[in-house]
Amino acid sequence: MMSDGKELPLLRLVNITKEFPGVRALNDVNFELKSGEVHVLFGENGAGKSTLISIVAGATKPTAGEVWIRGESVHLNSVHEAREFGISAVFQEFSLVPQMTVEENLFLGSEIVRAGILQKRAIRKRVKGMLEDLEFQLPISRRVDQLTRAEQQMVEIAKAFRSELLILILDEPTASLTQQETSQLFRLINRLKSQNIGIIYITHRISEVREIGDRITVLRDGCFVDTVDAKSTTEIELVRLMAGRVVSEIFPLIDFQPGETLLDVSGLHTADDSVRNASVRVCRGEIVGLAGLVGSGKSEFAQACFGALSISGGTVSLAGVDVTGASIQAMLRHGVLYLPQDRKTDGLVMMRSARENISLASLCERPVSRGWLLDKRSERKMVEDVAGTFKLPRERIELAVEHFSGGNQQKVMLARSHTQNFSLFVFDEPTVGVDVGTRIAIYQFIVELCKCGAGILLISSDLPEILHLTNRVYIFFQKQIQAELEGGDITEENVLSHFFEKAQG
Amino acid sequence: MHRSSKLNDLFVRVGILPILLLVAIVVFALASENFLTIRNLTNVLRQSVYLMIISLGQMLALITGGFDLSVGTIVALTSVVGAMVMAGVYATVPDLAWVAIAIGCIAGISAGTLVGVCNGIGVAVFNVSPFIMSLGMLSVGFGIALYLTGGMPVYGMPQEFGDLFGFGTFLGIPVPIYIALMTISVMYFLLNWTVIGRYFYAVGGNIKAARLSGIKTRFILFWTYVLCALLAAIAGMLLTARLDTGEANIGASMPLQSIAACVIAGVSLRGGVGRVESVVLGALFIGLVQNGMNLARIESYLQTVVLGGLLIFAVVADQVRLRYFTSQKY
Repeated sequence: MMSDGKELPLLRLVNITKEFPGVRALNDVNFELKSGEVHVLFGENGAGKSTLISIVAGATKPTAGEVWIRGESVHLNSVHEAREFGISAVFQEFSLVPQMTVEENLFLGSEIVRAGILQKRAIRKRVKGMLEDLEFQLPISRRVDQLTRAEQQMVEIAKAFRSELLILILDEPTASLTQQETSQLFRLINRLKSQNIGIIYITHRISEVREIGDRITVLRDGCFVDTVDAKSTTEIELVRLMAGRVVSEIFPLIDFQPGETLLDVSGLHTADDSVRNASVRVCRGEIVGLAGLVGSGKSEFAQACFGALSISGGTVSLAGVDVTGASIQAMLRHGVLYLPQDRKTDGLVMMRSARENISLASLCERPVSRGWLLDKRSERKMVEDVAGTFKLPRERIELAVEHFSGGNQQKVMLARSHTQNFSLFVFDEPTVGVDVGTRIAIYQFIVELCKCGAGILLISSDLPEILHLTNRVYIFFQKQIQAELEGGDITEENVLSHFFEKAQG
Repeated sequence: MHRSSKLNDLFVRVGILPILLLVAIVVFALASENFLTIRNLTNVLRQSVYLMIISLGQMLALITGGFDLSVGTIVALTSVVGAMVMAGVYATVPDLAWVAIAIGCIAGISAGTLVGVCNGIGVAVFNVSPFIMSLGMLSVGFGIALYLTGGMPVYGMPQEFGDLFGFGTFLGIPVPIYIALMTISVMYFLLNWTVIGRYFYAVGGNIKAARLSGIKTRFILFWTYVLCALLAAIAGMLLTARLDTGEANIGASMPLQSIAACVIAGVSLRGGVGRVESVVLGALFIGLVQNGMNLARIESYLQTVVLGGLLIFAVVADQVRLRYFTSQKY
């Protein structure tokens, strides 16, 4: 039964099947993790990756199949039991208490206590030791809500090291990290590998798979497709395995034909001082990128243009009309649509139907309403048409979007763009946490809008997106615009050089 | 295994209310032979009318992600102010009873609605949490009602007021039921067929998404509490007619009962979810339980215990239901 001849695998899942009421999430899946390897789980949304890791983490029990740890058959009945086997998971949604300090979070639930009294000094010593071993530089007495997302993730990972760690599960760890933070995470992963820890890594980013992974297991529709070597498998092959079809190009080719100026912003200051003196121009028929680190002001800039943040200086004009300080309602009426980056917190009303979510930004317009009365029949018809365009299943548009997969949720949000004649679209991180198939669909959709003469402002922390989709880029650094690049000048080297420090002159 | 999952599916789909209704009807029918008579059921309906109207308002507050603890105070203040003004006008011009009734109703309902205006300003403009705002207004309103009356019932309203709005019938059906039907229809229409109605759900479901979709969220929150108070005030006036006196002590049980009616009817405490028709049934269920317990001669103190227990049970059931829901993804 030995797989590699040398030693027993850390973890082996044999013929795992998981059924939820009405859905078979996993069907006869096999999986194996060796010590010191990064094993990537790859697949579209809904392929069963999340279910698989929640079984390994002890959060879900399989309907059928066996779990073997170091050659022993085990039953993981709870997260707690899994942790005793040395299995820890870092999910996309962190399990940290924002109001508590790093130190308090790290030992939450397993505090060192003597006679019912917290041994704060002993805890501090352990925390320091742990963080030193991991080479994490974290302010241990700072509240978690004052940390960056990357630092919070480090806390979450450090938590896994409270007890002896055998298997670490990382669920899309880079989804909201900047380039720099990502490379920091990768260095950590390499160090963990050298300590013989096995890592199960979920990601949607193909470039990452090859950079960090040793082996890749591809799932599709709850079924095991293949386990392949990460280094020798091409991207095209991977996409084929995942999607079950050949996708020759991820980024569509665009022939930009910039027209008249749509958005003209000069010297913009926001009232909360998150953007200073920013000037941006967007023409019809072009995709303008806003690049920069998280917190550099690129997203705040777009929100201020859309009326969602108040402006303290500068002017915003739209097709020649001054709209400085206009409300969100007015901007929508002027044909500007802002699609926020965090669909769960800012974009969608999760417990309401896809239909209501799609028509949300156009409720005051025909065909959704006449005056203040809803016209439900024509609303439904419009939404069905739009859903068709986005390949959303028609029969599910009355279902609450919280039951949709991440990719389909994103499509629901993007579908809003087809409910009115908008002329300027602001996409804020449009592909965070979506699978490759959806990603390609989103890119094609953006390019289509651009071809139809709309102006597009694309805010992205994903460098390839900026490099391959835009024809002009503004790079934000510390609340200001650091540089503007155009056409052939948009190279990885050029863009990155403005990310971190001030250029000379 | 398979049978229980079918039962689960049913529970997930329809929620707890139909099951509870069925159980209550069976239990009370067995406990008392008078329970399932037309006369008694009409009685239940008539007695539930007040809670029903108040619950519709409470539902609005819950849908937008808040709640209103001051509905009882609104009922009391409406009753006291309405009765005092009506009695005062009637004493001055005894010939114009209907004018007195109209002026009294307007005064009472305005006073009650004013509490909602305060709630609305606090919640929408100053971002006070609905809990604190309505708790504060509960004390303010109740204090005013007691101060105005010195704790004594207000008498002296024209006979016609109680005769029509309290005890009157039209085509054999009590007048309050017609008024309840009207408010139910208006609320159903508002929430399902108007743009504003959709806004209530969106604001409660995700206020940030609502704002970014161009919805004036403060405006919506303000009107939520004003409408909630208006409905409670209408119920307060109807109760006054039924009792034939203005009282500061009516309505104390209304916050709990209205929240219970909504929660049992599947209105989410997290906001964004709730249906008019279910809430009507929820209020009816509570009326049914109270009536059944009266027939079974259960002491009124113990009835309070049962109602509190039901509220908690409904929330627990809702949580269990949510857990089944979230395990399904498409």
